[in-house]
Amino acid sequence: MELPLDFATLRLIWWGLVGVLLIAFALTDGFDLGVGALLPFVAKTDEERRMAINTVGATWEGNQVWFILGGGAIFAAWPFVYAVSFSGFYLAMFLVLSALILRPVAFKYRSKRPGAKWRAMWDWALFIGGFVPALVFGVAMGNVLLGAPFRLNGDLRAFYDGSLLGLFTPFSLVAGLLSVAMLVLHGAAWLGLKAERGPVADRARMIGTVAGLLSIVLFAVGGLMVAYGDMGFRITGALDVHGPSNPLRTAVEAASGAWLDNYGRYPWMMIAPALGFLGAAAAVLGLWRRSEALAFGGSSLSAVGIIATVGLSMFPFILPSTVDPQSSLTVWNASSSHLTLFIMLLVTVVFLPLILLYTAWVYKVLWGRSSTAALKTNPDLY
Amino acid sequence: MDLAVVDLSRLQFALTALYHFLFVPLTLGLSFMLVIMESIYVMTRRPIWRTITRFWGVLFGINFVLGVATGLTMEFQFGMNWSYYSHYVGDIFGAPLAIEGLMAFFLEATFVGLMFFGWDKLKPVTHLFVTFLVALGTNLSALWILIANGWMQNPVGAAFNPDSMRMEVVDFMAVLFNPVAQAKFVHTVSAGYVCAAVFVMGVSAFYLLKGKHRGFAKRSMTVAAAFGLASSLSVVVLGDESGYALTDNQKMKLAALEAMWHTEEAPAGLTAIGFPSLEDRKTHYEIKIPYVLGLIATRSVDKPVEGILELVAIAEDRIERGVVAYDALEKIKADPTDMAARGQFETVRNDLGYGLLLKRYVEDPRLATPDQVKLAAWSTVPNVPVMFWTFRTMAGIGFLMIGLFATAFVLCTLRKHETRWFLRLAVLAIPLPWIAIEFGWILAEVGRQPWAVDGVLPTFLGASSLTVTQLWTTIIGFTLLYGALAVIEVGLILKAIKKGPFHEQEAQDQSAADAEPAVA
Repeated sequence: MELPLDFATLRLIWWGLVGVLLIAFALTDGFDLGVGALLPFVAKTDEERRMAINTVGATWEGNQVWFILGGGAIFAAWPFVYAVSFSGFYLAMFLVLSALILRPVAFKYRSKRPGAKWRAMWDWALFIGGFVPALVFGVAMGNVLLGAPFRLNGDLRAFYDGSLLGLFTPFSLVAGLLSVAMLVLHGAAWLGLKAERGPVADRARMIGTVAGLLSIVLFAVGGLMVAYGDMGFRITGALDVHGPSNPLRTAVEAASGAWLDNYGRYPWMMIAPALGFLGAAAAVLGLWRRSEALAFGGSSLSAVGIIATVGLSMFPFILPSTVDPQSSLTVWNASSSHLTLFIMLLVTVVFLPLILLYTAWVYKVLWGRSSTAALKTNPDLY
Repeated sequence: MDLAVVDLSRLQFALTALYHFLFVPLTLGLSFMLVIMESIYVMTRRPIWRTITRFWGVLFGINFVLGVATGLTMEFQFGMNWSYYSHYVGDIFGAPLAIEGLMAFFLEATFVGLMFFGWDKLKPVTHLFVTFLVALGTNLSALWILIANGWMQNPVGAAFNPDSMRMEVVDFMAVLFNPVAQAKFVHTVSAGYVCAAVFVMGVSAFYLLKGKHRGFAKRSMTVAAAFGLASSLSVVVLGDESGYALTDNQKMKLAALEAMWHTEEAPAGLTAIGFPSLEDRKTHYEIKIPYVLGLIATRSVDKPVEGILELVAIAEDRIERGVVAYDALEKIKADPTDMAARGQFETVRNDLGYGLLLKRYVEDPRLATPDQVKLAAWSTVPNVPVMFWTFRTMAGIGFLMIGLFATAFVLCTLRKHETRWFLRLAVLAIPLPWIAIEFGWILAEVGRQPWAVDGVLPTFLGASSLTVTQLWTTIIGFTLLYGALAVIEVGLILKAIKKGPFHEQEAQDQSAADAEPAVA
């Protein structure tokens, strides 16, 4: 059967789509994680905490699906990446999953009992459920840029030389802290939109401003490390963008500074890092001037810019290997088959707009600020 | 492969899947029962039905979050613990998981929040529609997961590609309309409906025994009796359909669950009871019911049902052809342009998986001795006593459930809701569907062994290259976390049941009374 789109085009489309999913996760569940990480610092009394929790109470569940869908989409579109990265980052994934398991339960169970100890326990669970994933996702991103210590044998089975502690390098820590700062800023901007004006919103503004400034600094430091640190990979041999998905058939070498190659070749890509900086600056300005829409719009653009910067800098690499560059996974050698990519695209074209439509409707129905007064009259609230 | 890593990976998967599967069936069934209850509310507008819907909704919510939380682990565990499996079949297996997210999970997760928080923001009909979308999403989730699982049982529509060293889709429609997947889906969701019906009926019976919330409990029980009767009948009928699907696609699984060592001449009899022994490859003290197995498995009285020893002999032939396939593949790996090797591979490609079974005994299957081939052929037999007993427990509970709900239906129709012996029985029955469901899962998955994907990829080859320490860390971690959450969950459900359905209204009346100025 002749498919209407060729293999290379589909591979490129799926690279874009997985990027869209990861960005959608950062934009929607990102503020849920941010609010979780902010919870102990912006809300002091039980009422304040409940109010803050209810700013995301009705929608976090749908937002989290972007994460699950991201996992499913990577499995379907890049089985290699799914197989190599999740087993390679095994204990880090376990940490993230444990933290994320705590979150749904904490939302649902916290207000089911009145005791102060009970509630304090779940508040910590919400904090861990927000902070740990934010940190580990960033650390993982940093490690993806650095390359992972894996190699593939002739049967394309993956082996690793890494450890959990090995994931924490100076660069990956900068990436991890950047991720935390970015999502805390986003969460603070969300609280500005959804929490009633008062002490919680004020504290969120304060912390959000600091997080925004830190975002800018850490993004700049990360950029300098990418430029001058020892990282980057380059494809050296002939490239068959239509070839079978077999990483061992691409010649690759490590090349310091190669992550900047794409910006020289395609200067328009500079838009991404520029958005990362300008968005964060706009968000800080918005927080400072109490312009909630500007703050949230800015933090969203900043997240888009930062994530896109990682993707564009590495293109066409997805997960390079430090111990055997030959095993590196790229857009052209780690995808699903032509037919699977095509079928998945059809399904996505039908369902993604539907999802956006009904999600927008749900947000519209639930629009409005969360307040402490409503806690007394509405038994449905957490 | 380090077999300790494989065993621990299997243990971990079994633990997390069995745990996840404690919550999913109740979610599947309770979501539709909420739709039924809320429909009655929307049609009659009687507030009691709103109370009924909201009370079971609270229990649904407590259960639902744990289903979601533990589902997260499942989604990533394939990549974490079954890395080579994920590479080998991700081209087919990943698609249903991703479609599940797009089509089903988004639907249920987006609307479940509105279902809980939208009572005062939506018109009753709109709210009912939201509840319906949650139920639809939940059940569609099960469909896609079981299409994925059904493919592992009966891998249709795919072929091995020697260039990418993995299975790739050739016919997606075949994957979708896989008869095993379809039979599994209807059997599994109706088992979930029975589970929810038993739960609602048992809790209602508890209230009636205590003489509390009687109007509420009788109405809930009537809904549960009708829903449960329909579902329990379909579980058994559709389970039988599931058995029929095995006849063509998983002969070994069928022979093992029947402990049928030799091919039964037509008409095959069903072993009602007996003690299968792995050592002497015989079933002791068996009592057979003539004709029944033939009817179930072949829908006829004149076709034989193949036995374990005959199937092992077939496996031996396939292993020998698998070695030829393996040899051709090695030649293609060494030289991708070797057309002779590609031609040879084409003729025996379907037996490659059988050749891989030898990797358990020898690094290079081409060097296997005849004894190792025999061992590998016998390794295709799953654990017969486990299969035999889990099947009988599951099916036994299935028939019990029909009896339970038929009785409930008659009593509810005669308005004898408070027949005490039955109420006690209904409370005692609460754990039974969970036992049947978990046993059904064990039956399906142990019955698939030694294959991760039937005839394609042996389980022991699918595992990730991890260390035993890493695995123990996560097994202990998940066990502690899951254990604590289970205790908390059961505690909260019991607390909600104790508070009863009218707690919320009482609290509201109370706060309304507090808010009234005392001067009037």
